[in-house]
Amino acid sequence: MNIIQFNYKQIKSRPLSSALNVILFATGITIISLVFLLKDSFENQLDKNAGDIGLVVGAKGSPLQLILSGIYHVDYPTGNIDYAEAMELSRNPLIKQAIPLALGDNYKSFRIAGTNTAYPALYKGRLRAGKLWQKDFEVTIGSKVASKTGLTIGDTFAGVHGLSAEPDHVHEDMLYTVTGIFEETTTVLDQLILTNVESVWAIHADEHDEHDEHDEHDGDEDHEHDHAEKPKEITTLLIQYQNPMGAITLPRLINTSTNMQAASPAQEINRLYALLGVGIQALTYISGFIILISALSIFISLLSSLKERKYELALIRVMGGGRLRLFSYLILEGISFAVLGYIAGFVISRAAMFFLSSYTDTNFNYTLQGWVALTDVYLLVASLGIGVVAAMIPAIKAMNTNISKTLNQ
Amino acid sequence: MEEKCLVTENIQYSYNQNHVFRFPDILCGKGEHLLITGQSGCGKTTLLHLIAGLLRPDNGAVYVKGKDTTRLKNKSLDRHRGREIGIVFQSPHFIKSLTAEENLLMPAYLNRLTVDKAWLDNLFDTLNITHCRNSRTNEMSQGELQRLSIARAVINKPSLILADEPTSSLDDGNCQEAISLLRSQSEKLQAALLIVTHDRRLIPAFSRIIHLES
Repeated sequence: MNIIQFNYKQIKSRPLSSALNVILFATGITIISLVFLLKDSFENQLDKNAGDIGLVVGAKGSPLQLILSGIYHVDYPTGNIDYAEAMELSRNPLIKQAIPLALGDNYKSFRIAGTNTAYPALYKGRLRAGKLWQKDFEVTIGSKVASKTGLTIGDTFAGVHGLSAEPDHVHEDMLYTVTGIFEETTTVLDQLILTNVESVWAIHADEHDEHDEHDEHDGDEDHEHDHAEKPKEITTLLIQYQNPMGAITLPRLINTSTNMQAASPAQEINRLYALLGVGIQALTYISGFIILISALSIFISLLSSLKERKYELALIRVMGGGRLRLFSYLILEGISFAVLGYIAGFVISRAAMFFLSSYTDTNFNYTLQGWVALTDVYLLVASLGIGVVAAMIPAIKAMNTNISKTLNQ
Repeated sequence: MEEKCLVTENIQYSYNQNHVFRFPDILCGKGEHLLITGQSGCGKTTLLHLIAGLLRPDNGAVYVKGKDTTRLKNKSLDRHRGREIGIVFQSPHFIKSLTAEENLLMPAYLNRLTVDKAWLDNLFDTLNITHCRNSRTNEMSQGELQRLSIARAVINKPSLILADEPTSSLDDGNCQEAISLLRSQSEKLQAALLIVTHDRRLIPAFSRIIHLES
């Protein structure tokens, strides 16, 4: 029997209070570790998908909505902008590259985006198979689209009107053909179906009369398909600046002199972080508080067990165990609770992350990534520290037990 | 001269200034038995604790197997006690989370000694507790517990066995059995046996008796 086995038996002999200690500690660790994981995964997704896009131009509305729909493809677009006006803007010398994006349809909830080949280049999308779209109604699909829908090269499919999968109007008369599949990039590219802008126009050119917009976007008057009377429209224009000067002058120029809106991803994301930051902070404090309570619970349970085990501890001394040994027994118990709690918390938080990830996957086509982080190591070190600190006073008391007096009682 | 298992010289101990215990010198050789009797409060247990090194005397020296334990540092004292002294208490206490066998192995483990399997089996056998080997101590009878505590006292083959009122909670049958086991074990190990008690039932069984006055 070694010290670990002895420790295990001692912990097992008080199952209820031991379980309480572990459960409390695990709860704190679960919350804190889940918050860190989500935050990391979230920030990682936001940063990666923003790529080198300096500015997003779209219809007037909420700038955050514009960013969310234009870059991350989670929200609905604010509306459409005039293609000619957008093209004119893109000739501005401060702009290095302007990528048009025309949204409108989906296939099994994966958005079909009309754009040009600069868009996949933004995410360093490389082809796994086939080639990029060349003619109208040819599409190149992201890796997740391929794996979820089972589409492969040569397959044809009809787009569904709107951006969500609810059966709406199916464009049965005009079918898309898959010509290529991208490799996985772990960016938004994985969940898009790319084609040229002309295909999106062609599909919606004659339909305007058939049905009025039913609406996914709340209350917007000018919808993305209002292009019956010819001026061609796109949803957003993604802009890369030529030089930093652009960031200073362009947004104001667009917002004041055109009826389009320019939003900076960096700014909007920072605003989003600021909003979420409060929640994250609150959760961090709550979990910190739970961990503190659990440290207190470990402390109290060790202290009270000390009373009932006083004779056992004295016996260990009588049988030749030194004071340091009693000290280390108690410290080891404190550490055991903390480590068991940490392990349980680690596992539970990963499980929670797994379920959340499958939720975001079905609802937003986003997979949460990152199963381990540096913070896990910090948490482990902190847990060990808390275990030692919580056990310190009981351990010192155990070490200083007067054996002769205890045995006489 | 043959090295004595236990020699005490002029030991004194006081819990407070008004109450000073002065103990007679004790000399106990290999395989010898000594009974120390006296009224309650005469310092019997104090003497036992002083000899065991659980208390440090104000004055005097305690030699266990030739080594003056009063001069040892805490750590060496614990180690010396663990290896050279086996102690049996009035009410047998054990570590509840462990089985009888694990409890019995505890002194060896604490002193980093190994226990010969034959010796372990022999102890269980001669003390008639083989059937409780894997029992928890709270499932055992009083007599079994006292026999287990005797086994625990001798497991490390000490040179001195101390017993503090080992029989006071036992009935006559168990009392005789416990004493004869203590005697036979100490003879087998050639260890000195020192029993402090106020139990008059033991007096006829011992030739050397020291009576402490209060």
